[in-house]
Amino acid sequence: MARKQECIAMLLAGGQGSRLGILTKKIAKPAVPYGGKYRIIDFPLSNCVNSGIYTVGVLTQYQPLALNDYIGSGQPWDLDRADGGVHILSPYQAIAGMQWYKGTANAIYQNINFIDRYDPDYVAVLSGDHIYKMDYSKMLAAHKERGADCTIAMMEVPWDEASRFGLMFTDDEGRITAFEEKPKNPKTNQASMGVYIFTWKKLRQYLIDDEANPDSSNDFGKDVIPAMHNAGEKLYAYRFDGYWKDVGTIGSLWDANLELLNPGANIDLNDRSWRIYSRNDARPPHYISPDADIQSAIISAGCYVAGEVDYSVLFSNVTVEPGAKVQYSVIMPGAVIKSGAVVQYSMLAENTVVESGAVVGEEPPSGTEEASKWGITTIGEGLTVGKNAVIGADLMIDHDIEEGEVL
Amino acid sequence: MNGKNVLGMILSNSYDECVPELTAMRTMGSVPFAGRYRLIDFALSNMVNSGVAKVGVLTDHNYHSLMDHVGSGRPWDLARKRDGLYLLPPFSVARGSGEWRMETLKNALAFAVDAGEEYILFTDSNIVCNIDYREIFDFHTAKNADITVACVRGVRPELPGIASYKADADGRITDAQIGAADGDTLCGVNVFLMRRSLFVQIMAEADSRNYESVEKDLILPGVSRYRAYAYEIKQYCRVISSLRSYFAVSMELFNSGYRAELFRTDRPVFTKLRDDAPTLYQPGCRVANSLIADGCVIEGTVENSIVFRGARIARNAVVRNSIIMQGGYVADGASVNCAILDKNVTVRPNRDLSGAENYPFFI
Repeated sequence: MARKQECIAMLLAGGQGSRLGILTKKIAKPAVPYGGKYRIIDFPLSNCVNSGIYTVGVLTQYQPLALNDYIGSGQPWDLDRADGGVHILSPYQAIAGMQWYKGTANAIYQNINFIDRYDPDYVAVLSGDHIYKMDYSKMLAAHKERGADCTIAMMEVPWDEASRFGLMFTDDEGRITAFEEKPKNPKTNQASMGVYIFTWKKLRQYLIDDEANPDSSNDFGKDVIPAMHNAGEKLYAYRFDGYWKDVGTIGSLWDANLELLNPGANIDLNDRSWRIYSRNDARPPHYISPDADIQSAIISAGCYVAGEVDYSVLFSNVTVEPGAKVQYSVIMPGAVIKSGAVVQYSMLAENTVVESGAVVGEEPPSGTEEASKWGITTIGEGLTVGKNAVIGADLMIDHDIEEGEVL
Repeated sequence: MNGKNVLGMILSNSYDECVPELTAMRTMGSVPFAGRYRLIDFALSNMVNSGVAKVGVLTDHNYHSLMDHVGSGRPWDLARKRDGLYLLPPFSVARGSGEWRMETLKNALAFAVDAGEEYILFTDSNIVCNIDYREIFDFHTAKNADITVACVRGVRPELPGIASYKADADGRITDAQIGAADGDTLCGVNVFLMRRSLFVQIMAEADSRNYESVEKDLILPGVSRYRAYAYEIKQYCRVISSLRSYFAVSMELFNSGYRAELFRTDRPVFTKLRDDAPTLYQPGCRVANSLIADGCVIEGTVENSIVFRGARIARNAVVRNSIIMQGGYVADGASVNCAILDKNVTVRPNRDLSGAENYPFFI
């Protein structure tokens, strides 16, 4: 019998991340590599343990193999526990039949039994695909202090991006007065971060009511939160002003990786007081050869660098042969860039091979008029780019490229 | 070899006195090596990669850092309900007057008596190699040996009491010598394989006759008494015997061939994790021929050096031919050459530390 917990976390990790295209063909978005050694889900998982939440349900649905394998027993995050710990919660069969998770709220609804086992006072509902460091215990303290039914983490986003988010208006005490879901002309820039703390008793009832409503899309943002708001429940915003990133697109994933090279970036991954844990291979330190030329770069264990690396992130076990050049790129684990090849403004997925003399990606045009046609080129997992092949800007490659081919 | 049938034993204090600088506060097994490892990682990883399921780590003194490092044995997959890792500190009351190795092996006796494995494999922890003990085991059984001793061919390491052997064409040891034999010779690296029952018998006798030296009282007479065979390690294998050899073996790691033999992907070397971020290289850095671990920030110049986890090399700092251990900091304008910086050492701005290649400066 599980012991009572004050607060447990439910991590929504079933999203496909379809705008990441080839990178999420075989893995769910939370399993996408980031920052040289992490996967996106390391952030919410590490936040949970760092915040003292030791019971975490991970809701998976889309391509869960890599994610299940990665989380395993939860040991890298100290979540292999006799009491609580991490649990993978996939859709299951019941007497009433088998149901996929229809929406975020339905995913939690289908796991009411799991949550009830811990008899928690509060439940944190977290998105598994955001990069941020946040102390949920402070947010929980605020939730308790205000006697809230639901607290939503909120941050101010740049005005020109506000229309991409769920926005909220608050009064002087931080109580939420109105919502706007991705409006064309935003009147506020206070955006929801997809981090919620609910008083479980309340949420439990709203989930049951939501499930009974045939018109509902069973989504937190669209259905459950508005229903709670309309019924006059106490909804508060919790202001967060640290680094937070939703890497929903190829461009934003590339950007978020390279941002780590910016000394002004507000995310310190070496902060020993708020460690981001991850599962890693046992590989030796990376070797930088006498021929190498490294400028701004993030380089991980097991790499061999003999070429030129500028403003790039190399994940573990990447090889950059002599005379190869990597700039403004993100190179995922195990990729090999052979001599004389150039990789620029690109992302290479795991174990890709760029043969000698090939060119992947293009520098952005200097004039602004053509910039709309330009973009980051992505090569899918395990693919080979043949000798002297040329791959232009803004392409997504899902098959091997022949020697000398020009795209 | 069925790993379940072999009990692994690692001596963690091997030749501590030969590297006094690095073992003042630790055992030989916990001496940091190659940017992120401790020397015992090689023995532990070799054991688990060879299928050994139960490993005893024998300690004698200074084992605080060793216990911190190996912990429950999780990184080596030895945190288990059945078998796994056993830390074996000394029984201080029972301590006899013998040399360190003899006393350590006597300490191992009770553990060995209770074990169920048919064979027992001993190794020291000052050996840098990635070998498959199953090959030694197959050799041992093929030769129908009583005892198999792993050896390397070369110049005898400068270790007190280490044995060198003469063997016939079949590998059977015909003679053993302590302390002599210069030039090309078959040097024992203190890796022994035998039946556990034989070990128990030998140690019972050593105890009743009050033997004091493993080398003089067991190895020298043993080669004529038993069917003793020498297994020659052909792969990369180095023995740490002094600060100088520690430095030289470290500097050898820039050789890609040696690295490939030591850090094989099919037999990984495991170590305690620290969860550092990857290393950040800042504009203006210059790095050549160096091994750099995770968690570092490199702003200055690093050449022919090994930089451990979490070290920082500031702008205008120059590090050449050196080893910077975990958490080291070389400040703006400082210069370090032919030096070994122990854990968490700070070199203040504009200071200049310099040793010689055959006499590294240690701090």
